[in-house]
Amino acid sequence: MQFKSQAVAKPYFIAAIGLFVGQILFGLILGLQYVLGDFLFPAIPFNVARMVHTNLLIVWLLFGFMGGAYYMIPEEAETELFSPKLALLMFWIFLVAGALTIVGYLAVPYATLAELTGNNILETMGREFLEQPLPTKLGIVVVALVFLFNITMTVLKGKKTAISIVLLLGLWGLAVFFLFSFYNPTNVVLDKFFWWWTVHLWVEGVWELILGSFLAFVLIKTTGVDREVIEKWLYVIVTLTLISGIIGTGHHYFWIGTPEYWQWWGSIFSALEPIPFFGMTVFAFNMVNRRRREHPNKAAVLWALGTGVMAFLGAGVWGFLHTLAPVNYYTHGTQITAAHGHMAFYGAYAMVNLMMISYAMPILRGRAANSNKSQVLEMWSFWLMTVAIVFITLFLTAAGILQVWLQRVSDAPLPFMVAQEKIALFYWMREWAGVVFLIGLIVYITSFFVGGSEKEAA
Amino acid sequence: MTTMMNSPSTPPTEAVASRRLPGDLAIWFFILAEMLVFAVFFATYAFARAKNVEMFNLYQQTLDRNLGALNTFLLITGSWFVVLAVQAAHHDNRPAISRNILLGWLCGGGFLVVKVIEYSAKFGAGISMSTNTFYMFYISLTFFHFMHVILGMVILTVLWLQSRNGAYGSHNAHGLESGAAYWHMVDLLWIVLFPLVYVMR
Repeated sequence: MQFKSQAVAKPYFIAAIGLFVGQILFGLILGLQYVLGDFLFPAIPFNVARMVHTNLLIVWLLFGFMGGAYYMIPEEAETELFSPKLALLMFWIFLVAGALTIVGYLAVPYATLAELTGNNILETMGREFLEQPLPTKLGIVVVALVFLFNITMTVLKGKKTAISIVLLLGLWGLAVFFLFSFYNPTNVVLDKFFWWWTVHLWVEGVWELILGSFLAFVLIKTTGVDREVIEKWLYVIVTLTLISGIIGTGHHYFWIGTPEYWQWWGSIFSALEPIPFFGMTVFAFNMVNRRRREHPNKAAVLWALGTGVMAFLGAGVWGFLHTLAPVNYYTHGTQITAAHGHMAFYGAYAMVNLMMISYAMPILRGRAANSNKSQVLEMWSFWLMTVAIVFITLFLTAAGILQVWLQRVSDAPLPFMVAQEKIALFYWMREWAGVVFLIGLIVYITSFFVGGSEKEAA
Repeated sequence: MTTMMNSPSTPPTEAVASRRLPGDLAIWFFILAEMLVFAVFFATYAFARAKNVEMFNLYQQTLDRNLGALNTFLLITGSWFVVLAVQAAHHDNRPAISRNILLGWLCGGGFLVVKVIEYSAKFGAGISMSTNTFYMFYISLTFFHFMHVILGMVILTVLWLQSRNGAYGSHNAHGLESGAAYWHMVDLLWIVLFPLVYVMR
């Protein structure tokens, strides 16, 4: 570790992994509820389990991003963090607020939670992914602003590299676009229109900048390729992301009451969204092939290559599958979306966080890389989780194609629930793939406790 | 990767000049990405038009081809001035660099004025992107291009300020060439767009 203050990243990483486990457990509950509708009812109804599953995902990714930024920024700026104390304080505030929110979801009915938390003062709740009560939303804003203040001040007093500028751009964008979660017009069309400004412009806009920046950082460290070369790639990826992703928001505006030109704009621009992801794939492999040193942390390099490939497949290819308006006419809101969502989130954002943790955690624990035994376990977990998500995606895609056919395309369309019963086999297979994913995650956590001390490399 | 051949010993002969990429590699990636977006847009236009040729032909006649032609002339002239600026840099003729960039910028400004006149006539007649598919494409394509002219002029402004500080010459035309390449792209896109949307039947 080059700077003492980088150590604040550690609790963030640990919390991220803990919440990740929670997300997967609720994923398994949900998957079972798809086929056994009353499983755990009325204790944990489907809508609550789904909310916990998606909210835990978002929160653990945010913990990962913050941890990654706290680790990376001092090293890039070549100076200590502006205030490590503030970073730790924000960690506890965010963790407690997040935990209380989840407890709130599970302990009381959602409507009661809304009443208790002052939703009538400013109505922001009840919208997918942005279900958090008002105090939690405000908490997120405070934590995000203090976090941004902290890392921006660090960059300002230190060296300003392209990688940290891109990261700052991504993180500031993240905070700014979250503000649209407070804007909740009564007109449903306008509501959805601006809801996507948070949701889409996060995952298909500014988060990609965070992804690119983290990937560039780890590639510089592990391959020893010239910074100039890496930065040039980063610029290209950022440009392509912004050109395609911003107006690409339009691919969510088909047939929800927005003007028809969005069908053209959305289709055209979002059709190009796979390109920056493909750029990242080529980038990762190219840099690793041109490496000038053999970094002892092979697991981190594997995650870097993995995120390059899986982000392209999940976000790029599976996104493109249903991004054109005439196709989306049939696939809107089916299991095709769920298939895309799973692989895209895992491939792009779960994996880039796991890459950052894989690279930084051994160093935070006082060694350049983990022991061979630990790395072998970590790589096993990589393959178990990645193969499991590929199968989850394939099964959901099959379920989605059948659903579209049975429910929407065929001459005698079936009602929703009848179609669901006919594709139950695929939901069962998805659930088993989910169990494999959980096993992979257990192996992953085990790797932190295996053979760490036997071979001190640093 | 692209810290271009700065070796001062290289003679600026035509043979060498034709083999090297003018400007920065990154700007070429950017240009390719931009052209790709427009290419997809043009292809979509062709696709939509093929499904409804009569409607497209009918509303195409409402466009002002003379103003379009004037704008084509302005952009080509603007590109010519920018070429002169780059050549002036290669010959170390410093005053000519900034003068020609300024003339190129003025051509861009002229384009914007003409375009605004054209738009105000159309919008004044109550035409919007929701009027029909032809106008959707006409407004979208020309508006995206309009924004690119503005971006090109911002880049020319930077080049002009830099050239006034004596930043460019025969051994350092890298930034100038990068900006010039972008400006030529703006011109090139219009040369495809104008016949496609205004003229072609």
